[in-house]
Amino acid sequence: MESHEHHKETFITKYIFSTDHKMIAKQFLITGMIMGIIGVGMSLLFRLQLAWPDHEWPILDALLGKWAEDGVMTPDIYLALVTIHGTIMVFFVLTAGLSGTFSNLLIPLQIGARDMASGFINMLSYWFFFVSSVVMISSLFVENGPASAGWTIYPPLSALPQAIPGSGTGMTLWLVSMSLFIVSSLLGALNYIVTVLNLRTKGMSMTRLPLTIWAFFVTAILGVLSFPVLFSAALLLIFDRSFGTSFYLSDIMVAGELLTNQGGSPILYQHLFWFLGHPEVYIILLPALGISSEVISTNARKPIFGYRAMVGSILAIAFLSFIVWGHHMFVTGMNPFLGSVFTFTTLLIAIPSAVKAFNYITTLWKGNLQFTPAMMFSIGLVSTFITGGVTGLILGDSALDINVHDTYFVVAHFHIVMGLSAIFGLFAGVYHWFPKLFGRRMNKNLGYVHFWVTFICAYGVFFPMHFLGMAGLPRRYYTNTNFPMFDDLADINVVVSYFAIIGGIAQVIFIYNFFYSALRGKKSSQNPWRSNTLEWTTPVEHVHGNWPGEIPEVHRWPYDYSKPGADEDFIPQIVPMTEEEIATSH
Amino acid sequence: METLLVIVVALLAVAALTQAVRIFEISSQIKGTDTDVKVDDRDNNTQGWLMILFLVFFFGAFAWMVNEYMDVTLPVAASEHGAEIDNLWNISMGVILTAFLVTQPLLFGFAFMFRGRKNRKATYMEHNNRLELFWTGVPAVVLAGLILYGLTTWSNVMNPENTEEPMVVEIYAKQFGWQARYAGSDNELGYANVRLIEGVNTLGVDPSDEHSANDIVTNELHLPKGRPVLLKFRSQDVIHSAYLPHFRVQMNCVPGTRTQFQFTPNITTAEMRSKPEMIKKVKRVNALRAERGEDPWEFDYVLLCNKICGAAHYNMQLKVVVEEEGAFNDWMKQQQTFAEML
Repeated sequence: MESHEHHKETFITKYIFSTDHKMIAKQFLITGMIMGIIGVGMSLLFRLQLAWPDHEWPILDALLGKWAEDGVMTPDIYLALVTIHGTIMVFFVLTAGLSGTFSNLLIPLQIGARDMASGFINMLSYWFFFVSSVVMISSLFVENGPASAGWTIYPPLSALPQAIPGSGTGMTLWLVSMSLFIVSSLLGALNYIVTVLNLRTKGMSMTRLPLTIWAFFVTAILGVLSFPVLFSAALLLIFDRSFGTSFYLSDIMVAGELLTNQGGSPILYQHLFWFLGHPEVYIILLPALGISSEVISTNARKPIFGYRAMVGSILAIAFLSFIVWGHHMFVTGMNPFLGSVFTFTTLLIAIPSAVKAFNYITTLWKGNLQFTPAMMFSIGLVSTFITGGVTGLILGDSALDINVHDTYFVVAHFHIVMGLSAIFGLFAGVYHWFPKLFGRRMNKNLGYVHFWVTFICAYGVFFPMHFLGMAGLPRRYYTNTNFPMFDDLADINVVVSYFAIIGGIAQVIFIYNFFYSALRGKKSSQNPWRSNTLEWTTPVEHVHGNWPGEIPEVHRWPYDYSKPGADEDFIPQIVPMTEEEIATSH
Repeated sequence: METLLVIVVALLAVAALTQAVRIFEISSQIKGTDTDVKVDDRDNNTQGWLMILFLVFFFGAFAWMVNEYMDVTLPVAASEHGAEIDNLWNISMGVILTAFLVTQPLLFGFAFMFRGRKNRKATYMEHNNRLELFWTGVPAVVLAGLILYGLTTWSNVMNPENTEEPMVVEIYAKQFGWQARYAGSDNELGYANVRLIEGVNTLGVDPSDEHSANDIVTNELHLPKGRPVLLKFRSQDVIHSAYLPHFRVQMNCVPGTRTQFQFTPNITTAEMRSKPEMIKKVKRVNALRAERGEDPWEFDYVLLCNKICGAAHYNMQLKVVVEEEGAFNDWMKQQQTFAEML
């Protein structure tokens, strides 16, 4: 490892093929943001269609071309937009954008490591993600349009180009892109696990890890165990599509053509998909919860309430997430007994989730709350986590799921509990660690405006959808106008679309604040939030290896805020325990 | 041209925003206040008040929505098991609304009460085993109840006890439409497979099977009130989902396999039409339709597709009629049997 000491950095090794975790974090963040703009933008387009189905929108004509001649989109492109919106938001923004950014940035900095265990594998992880993003975006430009079988791409619809045009080249590119994505995710996750287990600094025992690290660590384990199953599902689908196998296909006549496939089961695909798909929800959510734990504790100037219970509930949620996938499949005709088992395990998740929610709320109790924009978003996260979480008790209950399965009730539920909570966690993370990422500070007033507009619009978009679902309105309908029984839902759809458009456009405030502050924001001090964790002991200017001298030793847990007897309301982890503290600790 | 205009406007907006921020920053520099992220007491106070204001607004909007939008939700269940599901629904809703209505005020209320002040000192509080045991225990007990009740309901719905033999009807799905096949006088469906589709035999029923001759294929689903019906689902191409929201029935139609769902409709179409809530709904819908110059609507039960299945997924419907036994038998008599159809 001689060469490690000094090698001249060129533009390419510093900014492009960088092996420095801090630079890789920025690469993930910026790529994730670009994908986020595309994903959210798509949702605005199909909200136009849902609220005003016959209206001619010149902007649709301009953006979608042959798929929206006269400014009215076709059903095919509607389904394509819904599909790619879901794929991009779930995988590219909330998995790679969130975990990729903050696991990379914070794992080495908060555990006291010079870098990831393997900088090279870390770099590969980003570049696989980058190529995967490029392939996914390129699928928008193929002749028959991108994949359009829903983000869950259930076969046979996704296997047969005769069934829907998007299942041609578009689906092939989707599968290629996702395969690359899975490689990226696995490379990243393996690195995170190895780094957390092996490279903690002296004194940093597992019980002294910040909750962010616990969340990233458990998330990585979930990814390693579940993404390969998605890969196998995708591989079998590729075989069915291209090599004439029948893993998922049997007894099919489509577009007047009788297929020879026999003996396969489309339900097999769903089992494989959701074996990843459900843990995936927590792969998205846990990092956001970890970030908010850190942000809430720091800004409440109080220890996070019930540290061990928080770690325990992360582990419990992670474990349960592997044995609940069947609740996505209650109406596939599965054995009712199996349905009972999945109902039981699913509803159990409410217990660790409730513990987390109560612990967040209690952390605020008798705190000295500093409302930074990051804190605002974290409180918003707790709110959406509760609002979206409680409806899980309805959907996880097989008997009730019969009636709201695949309706807008589901859309409301998962967008609030998973989409909003995770995106709020992402925002909280960006506002909080911006000084660490760029050495500068973001404008707080723009942050406040961004938070309130986003928060109100987010609820404005998704809360009314519960009522749409309770009216029996199925999701993924191009328009509801063919069913007079849904005519009186038109007003609600208009309200939803208005909030969506305002909320979507308001993100310009954030993007502006982000880039303006990155380039011209005020220089940050070393520890702007008066925080205890190790990353704030590194210099503001990034250095290779993080600490110019020795890596500091850790003497205490990260949540000694407002500890009685201390002069300041925070005691960084590097401060040794006093005699008195040792005597009273238990 | 229009696109160009939009882009120009967007760019100008960003430029304006930049200038506004700079003016704001310079003016606060002159005034000596700090505009970047370090928060002061004034920020905490403002944001704390906004938190409590938001709570009021949030709950106000929630009450408004319940008042305004509950009307559009599905009417009373039109099947026997549906009533059981609705009961479970109401109890679960009671539980989750309680959780929602208690925790949100705590969250925003604490945020307001403990908004930061320069001389406030936070209380150091690591954990409290009794409190934590309490809020692990309470959800656990409530959930145990919900799980038990849910599983009992599920088991009743999926394994109904038969007092009489259910009438067997096949629901056949394909891109993009539905058909029903009654098992006929022997109440047994003839064998069918997509490989046997030919000419008018669009469902691929095997003519050589002795049970198929009296099968009856229809384009509407009629059901007699009060008689159990066993729906068997088949799909020709991709996965569809037969969703009968009014009956609280849903089941996927999966190519290559058969699925089923048994239920007993207990409100006829005519009875449903005369329910006050339905009269109100029809009136509301027809007022909207009249505005748009569309024909007035009369309520009918409907079976719709609830699994993405292709371009016309949004328009895949089957009319469902529930009627008294006599009317049902009359309608049945008018239909052609499979043998007659060939």
